[in-house]
Amino acid sequence: MNALYSLLAVLALVVAGFACGQSEPWRIALVTIVPYAAFAALLVGFCCRVVRWASAPVPFHIPVTCGQQTSLAWIRPANIDNPSTRWGVALRMAAEILLFRSLFRNNRARLSCGRLILGETATLWLCSLAFHWALLLILLRHLRFFLEPVPAFVNALERLDGSFQIGAPPLYFSDVILVAALTWLLVRRFRDPALRYLSLFSDYFALFLLLAIAATGILMRYFTRVDILTVKQFALGLAAFRPNAPQALSTLFLCHLLLVCALAAYIPFSKLMHMGGVFLSPTRNLANNSRSRRHINPWNAPVKTHAYAEWEEEFRDKMQAAGIPVEIEGKAEDDGNAHTN
Amino acid sequence: MTVTLIQIETKPPRGDWRDPHVELRKGSICYSAAPKNLTALGLPNPRVWQPLDSDWKLPPDWKRIILDGMKERLHKYRSFRLFMDICVRCGACADKCHFYLGSSDPKNMPVARAELMRSIYRRYFTLTGRIFGALAGGRELTEDVIKEWFYYFYQCTECRRCSVFCPYGIDTAEITMMGRELLNLIGCNTNWVIEPAANCFRVGNHLGIQPHGFKDSLDFAADEAAEITGLDFEVPINRKGAEVLFVMPSADYFGTPHYYTLLGYLMLFREIGLDYTVSAYASEGGNFGLFSSHEMMKRLNAKIYEEARRLGVKWILGGECGHMWRVLHQYMDTMNGPADFLDVPISSITGTVFENARSTKMVHICEFTADLIHHGKLKLDPRRNDRWIATYHDSCNPARAMGLLEEPRAILRAVCRNFHEMPENTIREQTFCCGSGAGLGTDENLEMRLRGGFPRANAVKYVKEKHGVNLLTCICAIDKATLPTLLEYWVPGVEVAGVHELVGNALVMTGEKERVVDLRGEPLPSETHAAIGASEGDYA
Repeated sequence: MNALYSLLAVLALVVAGFACGQSEPWRIALVTIVPYAAFAALLVGFCCRVVRWASAPVPFHIPVTCGQQTSLAWIRPANIDNPSTRWGVALRMAAEILLFRSLFRNNRARLSCGRLILGETATLWLCSLAFHWALLLILLRHLRFFLEPVPAFVNALERLDGSFQIGAPPLYFSDVILVAALTWLLVRRFRDPALRYLSLFSDYFALFLLLAIAATGILMRYFTRVDILTVKQFALGLAAFRPNAPQALSTLFLCHLLLVCALAAYIPFSKLMHMGGVFLSPTRNLANNSRSRRHINPWNAPVKTHAYAEWEEEFRDKMQAAGIPVEIEGKAEDDGNAHTN
Repeated sequence: MTVTLIQIETKPPRGDWRDPHVELRKGSICYSAAPKNLTALGLPNPRVWQPLDSDWKLPPDWKRIILDGMKERLHKYRSFRLFMDICVRCGACADKCHFYLGSSDPKNMPVARAELMRSIYRRYFTLTGRIFGALAGGRELTEDVIKEWFYYFYQCTECRRCSVFCPYGIDTAEITMMGRELLNLIGCNTNWVIEPAANCFRVGNHLGIQPHGFKDSLDFAADEAAEITGLDFEVPINRKGAEVLFVMPSADYFGTPHYYTLLGYLMLFREIGLDYTVSAYASEGGNFGLFSSHEMMKRLNAKIYEEARRLGVKWILGGECGHMWRVLHQYMDTMNGPADFLDVPISSITGTVFENARSTKMVHICEFTADLIHHGKLKLDPRRNDRWIATYHDSCNPARAMGLLEEPRAILRAVCRNFHEMPENTIREQTFCCGSGAGLGTDENLEMRLRGGFPRANAVKYVKEKHGVNLLTCICAIDKATLPTLLEYWVPGVEVAGVHELVGNALVMTGEKERVVDLRGEPLPSETHAAIGASEGDYA
């Protein structure tokens, strides 16, 4: 049901995009107001979420250690998976964010004849990594619409990405990889019973939305051959805060634009915030040095404890009888046989 | 009564996880905390009730208490708010939980366990959840949700294995701890957690053994060590001016096979002439506060520094224990420090400065002993452990909240000659929990414990069949208490021992008599070998 609803929601967005193309006032609104509104929502929403996380303190030092600690000089520590210094933490975070280190550990448990077998599996890691890197590449490639002159690195990326030329325009690797990885991630949610059980509306919605964005983009580039110059003129106008609404913008483009705006506005309200959150995760971004440096808890409130004096008061007689040293010599001891010190 | 053996099978999850109804069953729940224990600790809503009752006698404003409690904790813990927000439900954690692997109950997937809490968070604390409700993954907070929380948050051992695999490091232990804190606010807690905490608070240790009883236990152990070695032993208690305060989990002096580990400590300390004392006031290293609330953890932990200050020791040494070391390593200094009245720990025997404990001033016994062995300060005869073919079970917290991986292995390689590792993805940071930690180790919960212990036992079975392993060594008091039962069920013929039991066996003490029995009172293998040799000779 969640999958169906989210598919319907994305289709509704697509239809809305097409509808906007049919009505002039709506079209103007879509190309002039909606992008700013959506990106304002993204910026403000994103910052609010991050500030809200960051304003909550990290009261305790709780890294999850994934290797040998730094202890005795002759034992080699795992400096990245169990860092004890800031540099180690930086490397650990880099490995986590750029290479998805933890996901790389993934394995699959299966039961066979009453035995548990843990098999290697890298597909989830590979597809997630491929999807994220392809998305980044595609975003960077899009800079060519917003910048004039186009920076050299964007051109270089584009050449690299399109180096496998089938016909014209050249086919981008990133497009193929993105769609393939997204499709696998989606199919996995349908096929794996555990994931089907868990998945919420927002899980499917994000995947469908990204797929719809990719599909409209690919259609424009390879099939309907959108007028790049008009798009660039429009994008430069947006970037310069002088929005224009060229008549030549195709309906498909409007659709693509609306979907992207929807995604941007949706990010701060969704799990897609993991892109900001991963940096703040206290189980990953703290060095495992809680015994060598004191971690401060800003709200470390006093608690009711059972002080030694109270404790001795209750057990003094028994302690003296057993010959355990006490602080205050009690009466029993005056008669004096059991006490030793 | 017929006994049905547990069969582990995988079943595809069915139904909708948002339905909070859960069937509480004997064998997979822990009984409620007795009112007297709640009263002793000043905890709310003491009353007579059981999880199997239909009426849990919650306070009338329970819903407000829970929601206020959540709000407060969302502000106090970044981990909590972040972990509520950023999960993408990729499912990488799903088959990493021993309870899910052993029970096939889909709500035992770590992500699902967290979703039980997240759904409430979304409904009451996020904009989308307040507007779209179920569509945004929100759920109403009902009494059924509380029962569901109770069932599943007391079905997590806070072992953190899932967190190792999570791309964002989301730590289910953190969520379970919050869940239990919230349940504690309305008096939904288990006796197996609260009674030890109450005993520990008032008397000093989990079983409530009073100072004279504590002394009896240690004197008894000293006599036993004397009998084995022919040397005289004395265990100093509450002795002022000692160099080192030694704190161990209380199970070491009242449980088996923990007790043999205690004998190992005593022999080690005597042989190296360590100037130490134990304390009857801080006679518990374990901390069941970790299993109920951060506040309780702090209340119980406070004794260790207070006692170290009173006795005027220079530094603190800690025994073999799992969750105890999570508290000592990650919480103690923050909660009850700074320990500026103590010195940076230095081994008086080797001169090693324990820089890694520079602030906390507390050293793990495995670090201490590994250092002694590395410097050749111990005379060891590993042949005395020849009856054992050992493997090592990384206890969850020393592995995943510390990284104490090689120290115990270095010791084991020095004290026994037959050592085999279990498969790679079941040890070190990927170690499987015993299934009974975090206050679940009670007998009424045995079925769930057996299920949770299955993945661990499965790996032990592998090395038993491959290498003939007959001893599982570990450094956790809960492991030692619960793994014997689990292994008896899943892998009969494998025993459980602490690392320092094997140290005690192998340690050649100055002036000792020729040992004929090991710390368990069993004949030493060299004797056995000699006997076999002799009989073979007779036949030849």
